[in-house]
Amino acid sequence: MVHNQPVFTDNDPQSELVTLNLGPTHPATHGVFQNILQLDGERIVSGVSTIGYIHRAFEKIAEHRPFYQITPLTDRLNYCSSPINNMGWHMTVEKLLNIKMPKRVDYLRVIVMELARISDHIICNTIIAQDTGATTTFLYLFQFREHIYEIYEEICGARLTTNIGRIGGFERDFNEIAFAKINKFLKDFPVALREFESLLNRNRIFIDRTAGVAAVTPEQALDFSWTGPLLRATGVDYDVRVSEPYSSYQDFDFEIPVGTSGDIYDRFLVRNEEMWQSVRLIEQAMEKLKNEPAGIFHADVPDFYLPPKEEVYNNMEALIYHFKIVMGEIDAPKAEVYHAVEGGNGELGFYLINDGGRTPYRLHFRRPSFINYQMYAPMSKGMLLSDAIINMSSMNIIAGELDA
Amino acid sequence: MTEETNHNLIQLLSAEFGDRVSNVDEPYGLLTIETTKDDIIALLTFLKGDPRTNFHFLTDITAVHYPERANGLAVIYHLHNMVEKVRIRIKVFLNTQAPNIPTASNLWNGANWMERETYDLFGVLFDGHPDLRRILNMDELGVHPMLKQYPLEDPNRVDKKDEYFGR
Repeated sequence: MVHNQPVFTDNDPQSELVTLNLGPTHPATHGVFQNILQLDGERIVSGVSTIGYIHRAFEKIAEHRPFYQITPLTDRLNYCSSPINNMGWHMTVEKLLNIKMPKRVDYLRVIVMELARISDHIICNTIIAQDTGATTTFLYLFQFREHIYEIYEEICGARLTTNIGRIGGFERDFNEIAFAKINKFLKDFPVALREFESLLNRNRIFIDRTAGVAAVTPEQALDFSWTGPLLRATGVDYDVRVSEPYSSYQDFDFEIPVGTSGDIYDRFLVRNEEMWQSVRLIEQAMEKLKNEPAGIFHADVPDFYLPPKEEVYNNMEALIYHFKIVMGEIDAPKAEVYHAVEGGNGELGFYLINDGGRTPYRLHFRRPSFINYQMYAPMSKGMLLSDAIINMSSMNIIAGELDA
Repeated sequence: MTEETNHNLIQLLSAEFGDRVSNVDEPYGLLTIETTKDDIIALLTFLKGDPRTNFHFLTDITAVHYPERANGLAVIYHLHNMVEKVRIRIKVFLNTQAPNIPTASNLWNGANWMERETYDLFGVLFDGHPDLRRILNMDELGVHPMLKQYPLEDPNRVDKKDEYFGR
């Protein structure tokens, strides 16, 4: 067995450095990450990140699955905001197939994606607070993640790995309970979020722990291909929703919050403000839905959209379409397409090459966690161990997205 | 992402690089060009540094394996000009037997892990890379699993072969 990993055992008897294995399963890392750190007292001298502990070869599996079977794979990338991944994948295929979506479906998708963004940011921000010692805030806001999951449940029946929607729309319309729950969420969540902010935003201890820690300049962030809230916290106003609007985001009025110093405090504030903007987006979408014809929840593309089961059992055409889609016999153009959505952690890209077979010839996920995380070890140098822990929380690295 | 920008870019690139840039295409509005491994660093440096192109952001590096082609390993770069909102895709086809290409990690630090992933999954050797180790798979794996010759599951299984579906 050849280990070409750097070995950190220090044989120098005079040395005072300590080698510490942080992870792979450590409660402070919130996931399967291993970092071998060399410490001088509490300062990190150097670190090596090892990833791949939950690598599941999704890109290989995707080459052997028809398009509609790839949606569950995308669930398991960033499982804190699965609907964004699902929608991103549906939109990639729809871009390949040149499907134009009805406005109502776009707005429904915006609602689901923004709910997912809120749940993603809830996790990240409450965990920053938790890791700095503020357990109350964690419990306060975290129950709203449960409310979001209940909304998912009404829409698609699942909670965490949602497999929400279909290529060409949704599998069913949102029911009355779903809308009622969304309205209740819009009413209750701002109150809790305001409370959450009032507990932390001007909290002396919290600011002391986070402000100025792990500051990143915009140049560094762009050099390391950072995207998402991490990049925006450094002051670069790049958001895929604005730069390349998809799913009718151009119809909405919302702001992209940016930070100034790129430290943990700014990342926290950026994510908080994004939650406010997401609430705004959902409110606008609910308003816009009132002007759209009710009952439309998918595009009229029978060649690509799975028909409802009762149709399949009773109707010849639906049976034929169902058979063709399930057997992967759809007529997709031989082409390659790149589509990006703004995931919870940044630009989530799907690079799809189709050669006309049943399955993609190649599918590559541009996973923001993977690309953001590579700066973690270099930026930890010289940092206190406890700061490195909250730095990891504030980067919101999700192991599923990191390893694919 | 407009046609006009792409048109200007094509003109600029053919003026600067001539026939060292080939197979220009625009699938779904995304300008796609092909170059060789000898010119890739010069091309990336130009695209990154020249104010007329300003592709300052490296979105992604990945690879595709085409076993039936002579040069069957394509390394794919996606660059992004966030100011003008333009993307560009660059392909370099490599010989599967000698999959060497210069590293882009001198231009972008972010290329480091993207190239490690591409090496891990496809065996592309990035010359000059500071730390070309496997990243997702274990060191003892011995193969580069995304190459098409390695089956996902039992290769004797026939029920999922395309020829049984009329293809």
